[in-house]
Amino acid sequence: MKSVVLKYDGSFPGFLTCVFNAYEQKLEIAEIIPEGEDQKQLFSETLEVITEDFKVQRVLKSLKKKLSSNGFTRLYYSFLSEIPGIELKMYDMIRYVYSSQEKAELDYSHPSVLDISKAAKQVGREKHRMEAFIRFRLTKDDLYFAVIEPDFNVLPVITKHFKSRYADQRWLIYDLKRKLGIHYDLQKAEYVSMELPEDIGISGGNPDYFAEGEIYFQHLWKEYFDSTNIKSRVNMRLHIQHVPKRYWKYLSEKSPFA
Amino acid sequence: MDFDRIKEKLNILADAAKYDVSCSSSGSKRTNTKKGLGDSSGMGICHSYTQDGRCVSLLKILLTNHCIFDCAYCVTRKSNDIKRAAFKVQEVVDLTISFYRRNYIEGLFLSSGIFKSPDHTMERLIRVAKKLREEENFNGYIHLKSIPGASDELMREAGLYADRLSVNIEIPTKSGLKLLAPEKKHEDFMKPMEKVKNEIIQYKSESKLIKSTPKYAPAGQSTQMIVGATGESDRDIMYSSAFFYKNYNMKRVYYSGYVPISNDPRLPALGTQVPMMRENRLYQTDWLMRFYGYDVRELLNNDFQHLEMDIDPKLSYALRNRHLFPVDINKVDKQLLLRVPGIGLKSVNKILQARKFRKLNWEHLQKIGISMNRAKYFITCDAREKELKDVSSENLKQLIMQNSFSKYRKEFTQQLSLF
Ligand code: SF4
Repeated sequence: MKSVVLKYDGSFPGFLTCVFNAYEQKLEIAEIIPEGEDQKQLFSETLEVITEDFKVQRVLKSLKKKLSSNGFTRLYYSFLSEIPGIELKMYDMIRYVYSSQEKAELDYSHPSVLDISKAAKQVGREKHRMEAFIRFRLTKDDLYFAVIEPDFNVLPVITKHFKSRYADQRWLIYDLKRKLGIHYDLQKAEYVSMELPEDIGISGGNPDYFAEGEIYFQHLWKEYFDSTNIKSRVNMRLHIQHVPKRYWKYLSEKSPFA
Repeated sequence: MDFDRIKEKLNILADAAKYDVSCSSSGSKRTNTKKGLGDSSGMGICHSYTQDGRCVSLLKILLTNHCIFDCAYCVTRKSNDIKRAAFKVQEVVDLTISFYRRNYIEGLFLSSGIFKSPDHTMERLIRVAKKLREEENFNGYIHLKSIPGASDELMREAGLYADRLSVNIEIPTKSGLKLLAPEKKHEDFMKPMEKVKNEIIQYKSESKLIKSTPKYAPAGQSTQMIVGATGESDRDIMYSSAFFYKNYNMKRVYYSGYVPISNDPRLPALGTQVPMMRENRLYQTDWLMRFYGYDVRELLNNDFQHLEMDIDPKLSYALRNRHLFPVDINKVDKQLLLRVPGIGLKSVNKILQARKFRKLNWEHLQKIGISMNRAKYFITCDAREKELKDVSSENLKQLIMQNSFSKYRKEFTQQLSLF
């Protein structure tokens, strides 16, 4: 049997469709890659996969039967990692789970199970960090606005958190890297995509866009942060381990403005 | 808002509050109902970290740093020549809400110097919390510091608005307290703790019968001890801790390495280094008690009164109890598995799961992520044994330390230069 490369639309349902097709057509899979990415396998045939809802539902249903809800979440999180080649590992784990009787998702001595769990852990960690490090700025039209650039695609998994926490304020979290945001309008949260002005900044920013006092609150927060420090206990290595430098630019307390 | 005035107060009153090390904002069950603001039903979130590596999750401030008392270890003490300030109740409310809406914090930690009387002070703290809950519909986290000597009625009321209450015991031994805070009585700390404990128990049993019973301090109570101010032993400290966990259902005990803040002959001199490594070892010991099933007497006792600074308490225990090891990773029960140095809680669970599928060997264990450098001397698995039975504990310790990460060693030598 010849192995094939599956090309899909890059979405999670798209990936699930790949799983369906692979099983239905008994394919030997060499790679599963999102559109726009180059395949590594030179001599494999490429199949385009069209996302189809009934296939998605079928795979979802069977996955949820075979996996615990934690196991399913791990699989989904690992997908959001966008690590090149993660799809094939996910597929490999799915096959392993389908072919075994017991709760194989917990078999950490199986390479794919372990890799998936590691990727999921990384994504989980960044999800948690984003829930911590997002800094809203209040705009003139009463919108709490934040920009992020996470390593992984965590927007889909942080929405619930912010929705239940900030139920009584309008907010928008925008992922600059993926050019996609989530907007909550006091009723529902929806994906939006938009052009942002250059000078909106990550902290500070052009005061014209923001409510009166907004910049001042950022200063207050920075002041507060500075006065919590106990000089005789400074430990920068630990500090950077907790707040990796790549996140500093979002954090008003770390921003050089003032 | 008068920003400049607020800024000045914030500087003074956050600065004075920073020595309180409790920061946790987890363990509550306050969910956002009726589309209000905030939610503290999940795990606590650390929104930032100070340069000394402590988590910032709450707006931690004093209502005022005026104080009628003169405890030697405290910056706010009466005799200290510092700028004084006081927040208005509404100012604290506004600041909390504005910071919370911007996702800077999980909530408020409010403490205070004692002005006029304990009751007068406590009553003000409660007013802040009440306003936040009732006027702002705020469901974020509120931690109130109980004022030693405050009345039972006020303690009762505080728990209706706060998620957590704490009374800082500050000094782990009675004799130490007498020396450094002669105006304070040991009972002033114990009484509010007792009250809070009883209220929590009562509200819990009522809420089983009547659904609408309000929550009382759902995240429980905590306390803090200053370490290294009065020459107490690690054993003294941890026995006090064990006592609080057991008798007052404490959720957390915090250990705060004493930061010299005054030239007082009763205290370590200014410029003395903060005993950070010791503090760290105490937290590790606390952790072993709460999550690894150790009894405090196994970790510290009359023959062993001080924790070892150069190795962690778990390794120290294992080296003192070589007769329990090595254990067979594929057979040993969970309780002993938890005692193997280099194997953490998560790895224990992974091992228990994975060994249902196959016998684990060194490679599996490595992949699971256990710290082989330490663990290998205390386990056997599905592979050839490492022959180390005859090595003495002292030599084994040297061997392990030599192979430890250099960063760990460096930190330790830094610390060593203290002695
Ligand atoms: S009563 Fe509290 S605030 Fe006042 S000096 Fe003593 S420890 Fe400090």
